Amino acid sequence: MSITALFRDDVMLGRLIVGISRSPKAILASVVCVVLLLAAIVGPYLTPQNPFDLAVLDILDSKLPPGSESMDGLVYWLGTDGQGRDMFSAMIYGLRTSLGVGVFSGMVALLVGTVLGLIAAYFGGRIDALIMRIVDLMLGFPTILVALMLLALLGQGLWKVIFALVLVQWATFARAVRSAALVEKNKDYIEAARTLGISTPRILIGHLLPNCLPPLIVIGMLQVANAISAEATLSFLGIGLPITEPSLGLLIANGYQLLMSGEYWISVYPGVLLLVLVFSINIVGDRLREVLNPRLGER
Amino acid sequence: MTPVLDVRNLSTQFMTRRGVLKAVDDVSFTVGQREIVGLVGESGSGKSITGFSILGLVDPPGRVVSGQILFNGQDLLKMPPAAMRTIRGKRIAMIFQDPMMTLNPVLSVGTQMIETVQAHDRVSHTEARQRSRDALGLVGIPSPEERLDSYPHQFSGGMRQRVAIAIALLHRPDLIIADEPTTALDVTIQSQILFEIKRLATEFGMALIWISHDLGVVAALADRVMVMYAGRIVEAGQVDGVLTEPRHPYTSGLLSAIPAAVPRGEPLRPIPGFAPSPLSRPSGCAFRDRCVRATEICSTEPALEIAAGREFRCFHPHVERAA
Amino acid sequence: MTVFVIRRFLQSIAVLAVTAIIVFIGVYAIGDPAEMLIAPDASAAERAQVVASLGLDKPLWEQFGTFIWNALHGDLGRSFVFNRPSITLILERLPATLELTLFGLCLALIIGIPLGLISGLNPNTATDEVIMTGSILGFSLPSFWQGMMLIMIFSVWLGWLPSTGRGQVGELLGIHSSLFTLDGLKHLILPAINLSLFKVSLVIRLTRTGVRETMPLDFVKFARAKGLSENRIVFVHVFKNILIPLITVIGLELGSMLAFAVVTETIFAWPGIGKLLIDSIMRLDRPVVVAYLLVIVSLFIFINFVVDVLYSLVDPRVRIGEAS
Repeated sequence: MSITALFRDDVMLGRLIVGISRSPKAILASVVCVVLLLAAIVGPYLTPQNPFDLAVLDILDSKLPPGSESMDGLVYWLGTDGQGRDMFSAMIYGLRTSLGVGVFSGMVALLVGTVLGLIAAYFGGRIDALIMRIVDLMLGFPTILVALMLLALLGQGLWKVIFALVLVQWATFARAVRSAALVEKNKDYIEAARTLGISTPRILIGHLLPNCLPPLIVIGMLQVANAISAEATLSFLGIGLPITEPSLGLLIANGYQLLMSGEYWISVYPGVLLLVLVFSINIVGDRLREVLNPRLGER
Repeated sequence: MTPVLDVRNLSTQFMTRRGVLKAVDDVSFTVGQREIVGLVGESGSGKSITGFSILGLVDPPGRVVSGQILFNGQDLLKMPPAAMRTIRGKRIAMIFQDPMMTLNPVLSVGTQMIETVQAHDRVSHTEARQRSRDALGLVGIPSPEERLDSYPHQFSGGMRQRVAIAIALLHRPDLIIADEPTTALDVTIQSQILFEIKRLATEFGMALIWISHDLGVVAALADRVMVMYAGRIVEAGQVDGVLTEPRHPYTSGLLSAIPAAVPRGEPLRPIPGFAPSPLSRPSGCAFRDRCVRATEICSTEPALEIAAGREFRCFHPHVERAA
Repeated sequence: MTVFVIRRFLQSIAVLAVTAIIVFIGVYAIGDPAEMLIAPDASAAERAQVVASLGLDKPLWEQFGTFIWNALHGDLGRSFVFNRPSITLILERLPATLELTLFGLCLALIIGIPLGLISGLNPNTATDEVIMTGSILGFSLPSFWQGMMLIMIFSVWLGWLPSTGRGQVGELLGIHSSLFTLDGLKHLILPAINLSLFKVSLVIRLTRTGVRETMPLDFVKFARAKGLSENRIVFVHVFKNILIPLITVIGLELGSMLAFAVVTETIFAWPGIGKLLIDSIMRLDRPVVVAYLLVIVSLFIFINFVVDVLYSLVDPRVRIGEAS
């Protein structure tokens, strides 16, 4: 039985990959995503300086335009910020934080949402009604409003931001998993597994879950893009990450005041990086959604 | 008397990803004034597409690729879109299969009727409403004045089809194309609608093309019948002749598959096999794979034979009384 | 219809109650309300007086009662910074935010609907591809950064439009709005674009999907068979069907725009409730924060209620289905 499930799953994953390979735009976006992910992982080995090592920073180097050279011969290709930090290095570190927070909160939300969604679908009845009521309530409020409420009351901090992002995202996953699982639940192989005496958790994880995977991948991608955007916005407003965890959003915020005086690079470049990151993830996610939902014909 | 409609060598094709689909393949026929013609065939035989081709309503990727459609002597295929629009709904009207789907759910019945009047005639809203109300009354809808303000979902299926018929009648067209208008309805409603349309067509002197898969319905209604198979007309003639003495094996096959037409005690004889995929039709007679009478020669194209008011495409026609 | 409205109204009240409980828990149960609601520089006597007036020495359920009772009377505490009732501060700034949000919403519709129609009526063409990719770009652009770029381009480089603040407010028929003066409009245009861009993408997608789902339906073909003009088919038959999902989503998005106005107002120094919220968070002016949350949630719930009622007016199936 699980072989059948796996096989079906394989077909779906295969379809996703073929779907991407048919669109040049999606191929390009996937490459960008992978490059940015790698850059974030190997970040510290890539950057000319550690932007948070105060020993290497020189205040005399602050607000240098792109292409300037420092006292010790280091070229600041993207300029420096108000503290004399190399923008390129700061951006790679910012990317690490942004991606890290986005992906981590997305994963936790996926986990929480999947568990609750499976439980709702499998057990049905009151448990289902209760979980879905909460899901509806959560989805009824705009993401940013819930995050604002929470952080306005809790104050800023890395874990508080992650908590807020998980809180606003889990419901989307839960709803998707529940509807996918409900479709599968009544199929013969689940019934067969049940008559064979396979335990409930094993049915849930071994049989129902694999069939929910494809939509989860798509939603997961779009949610990670959302989370990165939301975190940047909250950090920009000063209620997200603290100054000790500079994400791309904070870097942009730092350059905000300097924008008027013409030091555009301090906020433009991190912004471009943030845009490229979110845009690429969204392009791939959107393409995958089209492949999964071919109702409106292939584009 | 010139025919209302004279279709010559009509071919409609769909350019799909998997190849060219010949939905209508070199079809010719005429419809005389006040004549009721049945167009019969299985689903996928191209009968509905024939109807849509006449009105210029074939959706992409479909396209009329060749032929002439002479309506009162004028070739509709050569007409610019703006002129074609003045024919649609005014001189030729169409009734669709599923009355649940043909009316816009968010517009009142009155709106959908009045707009039809005003699309062709420059009349006041009041007059258009008046005409709409009269048309509703004509098709037997009680209290038409109030019903104009109702929405489609407040009508039953049969009533909605009556509304669609009323819309078709608004301009007293020369020709109505009815695409299986009773298929989606209950049997009792079916016969009501059937005779309503026949009565109105006779009363207003309209010609009617009745597209159906049901030979029984066509027998009760039509003057003449055309049988379509795999995009072609395989047999045509007066209803009495075709249904009692079919010449084409497909027609006789259809007849012996109808439960009511076969005497009690005799087995139904369904036609073996399935209609060929429209993407890969065999050369020659498309029916030959399912035909008991088929021989070598059937792999070449059978010519249209015309004899005693009957037309058929077959090398081995029935000559004696079949069924 | 009446039954529907009443039921929907009761639901709204329930959601509002749940939110009030959450805010109450946030302020009173998790944090230390004394610290949250009493100014840091208050004297011991003042502190004791506020504790007593808020009933902070009473059991939790009683405190909740007082909280709700006061809230129902419009008493959401006093601002430490301005020393005025926080509800007054918010109501003063609400018109600026509403103006910005509504104007932004109109922009989103004016730009988004035509683009969505073009895209949906010409699927899989180059135009469609450009519009759709553009819409993905639109919702990938972080709105705060997009606002900064608008300022950089139109204020700093081109010098066409002012970068911050609300302009002169004119009056027409007793309504005060920036829309009625040139200066006001100039100040409004950039923030409104900033706020609307995200929603433009959404409107494009909704419209396009709606068109593509509606065009192949039988009633469109039937409308053609009736000899209607293509314009009438698209703008009456198809559009009215698209309008239903559009209104629902737009209504919901109005709430999210009100929340997102926080970002726009911060960037463009627009004197609305969003900027007040961020300023208050920075100044630890918590009564204003609490008041903001309750007001914005009430507003949000009210909008949802209105949308549902509107929805039932547009869709005859809902309207009449409820009546019979």
